Amino acid sequence: MSLRESHGFSGRLIVVEGIDGSGKSTQLSLLQTFLLSEGYDVSFTEWNSSPLVKDTTKRGKKKNLFTPTTFSLIHATDFADRHERSILPPLQAGLIVLADRWAYTAFARDVVRGCAPEWVRSLYEFATQPDLALYFRVEIDTSVARILGGRVQPKYHEAGMDLGLSTDPFQSFRIFQSKVLEEYEKVSAEFALTVIDGSRSIVEQQREVRKLVKPLLKGLTKRRNGDH
Amino acid sequence: METRFYGAGLPKSDAANLPGHLIVIEGADGVGRSTHLELLQGWLEGHGFAVASTGLARSALTRRGIVEAKEGHNFDRTTMSLFYATDLADRLENAMMPALRSGFVVLADRYIFTMIARGAARGLSAEWLAKVYGFAIVPERVFFLRLPPDDLIRRILRRGSDIDYWESGRDIGLAPDLYTSFRKYQAMMLQQFDQMTDPYGFQIVDASRTVEEVQAELRRGLAGILDPTLFQPNPDAGG
Repeated sequence: MSLRESHGFSGRLIVVEGIDGSGKSTQLSLLQTFLLSEGYDVSFTEWNSSPLVKDTTKRGKKKNLFTPTTFSLIHATDFADRHERSILPPLQAGLIVLADRWAYTAFARDVVRGCAPEWVRSLYEFATQPDLALYFRVEIDTSVARILGGRVQPKYHEAGMDLGLSTDPFQSFRIFQSKVLEEYEKVSAEFALTVIDGSRSIVEQQREVRKLVKPLLKGLTKRRNGDH
Repeated sequence: METRFYGAGLPKSDAANLPGHLIVIEGADGVGRSTHLELLQGWLEGHGFAVASTGLARSALTRRGIVEAKEGHNFDRTTMSLFYATDLADRLENAMMPALRSGFVVLADRYIFTMIARGAARGLSAEWLAKVYGFAIVPERVFFLRLPPDDLIRRILRRGSDIDYWESGRDIGLAPDLYTSFRKYQAMMLQQFDQMTDPYGFQIVDASRTVEEVQAELRRGLAGILDPTLFQPNPDAGG
């Protein structure tokens, strides 16, 4: 199994990527609603959510214990646990797996934190290739407006405050996310991600997403009436 | 010592000036690692060396998480390998490197080799694991306390210890009974260690001998690195 190789199972794996505020989670949620209403079996998983690793990540963030290397490794651990437990079984059973962020997030973020690009890629060698990887591309201004618009202050790691780019969280957020954006552009080309223009309206983007997903649905089993 | 890494090393970590010494003792559970480490620490401290000890899963960041994961039934091999890699990286950056920077002798109770062997015994690629551990510092010496599985299990049982679930590979269904599973698993582990001996330059220490004999060999090896006058053939004179 690798990021360059299809899983070969009867299910489908659709992932979304993009910097914070790119709108990817909104689009994935709309896609999930659509697929469920069409009668498909769907399983959802998101970055940094493994119950096995959660307490460790929380403690590390709270006590500020992380370095670029341990931050990268703990996210790979989290991903491995979900890959084994929440991603492969539904793919094997023929479900549609929707993933909010994939290994590409690590390739962008961890490299900005200073980890060697080849090393971070090697950590995720066990990960399977998605059937569709959507990269929501936005300008940094769009991201800043969306994330900081409704909030007092960006979160510590989201703003890359651990990198010491700026003592001002808002300024740090902009610098950090700009760098992540640059890395995303490289990753997107390297792994041939499908680029979605994240600056358009939510409805326009969702129409495009559904159009891209449609061909993947052929051959999938739908829920029969009465199944729950 | 001049710091070398197995791969790209640790970003944002100052590895330029580490005058201490990193010494690793590898070997199976029950082979006598902790006994020998304790004896070595006392001996070195007696000669005025500052010693720091460390071992698998002791990192402040991951200790609790790893204990909890081992207690459950869902600790997959890839997840386990990466969790332990996190543990080592945390100890390297927050404990071992600061000690090496201050000139300590750091005695490590197991290192990346146990983790590579465990993963490989569970079917993961040893090359992949070696790449993951590219952040690890190359130790000055790796002593491998070598003991065949039959001797190992007798030693554990006559001490009255339990055969450990993970050290028997119970998670990978090798055999229906504990004894057979332990023997098969430890044979696989030994095979992995033997394969690593040349590429990683282990010093093999025959652990079937008495504690005194094994300890003397370890001290002779350490003296060669730290100070040749430390080791005297007569153990009374050597302290």
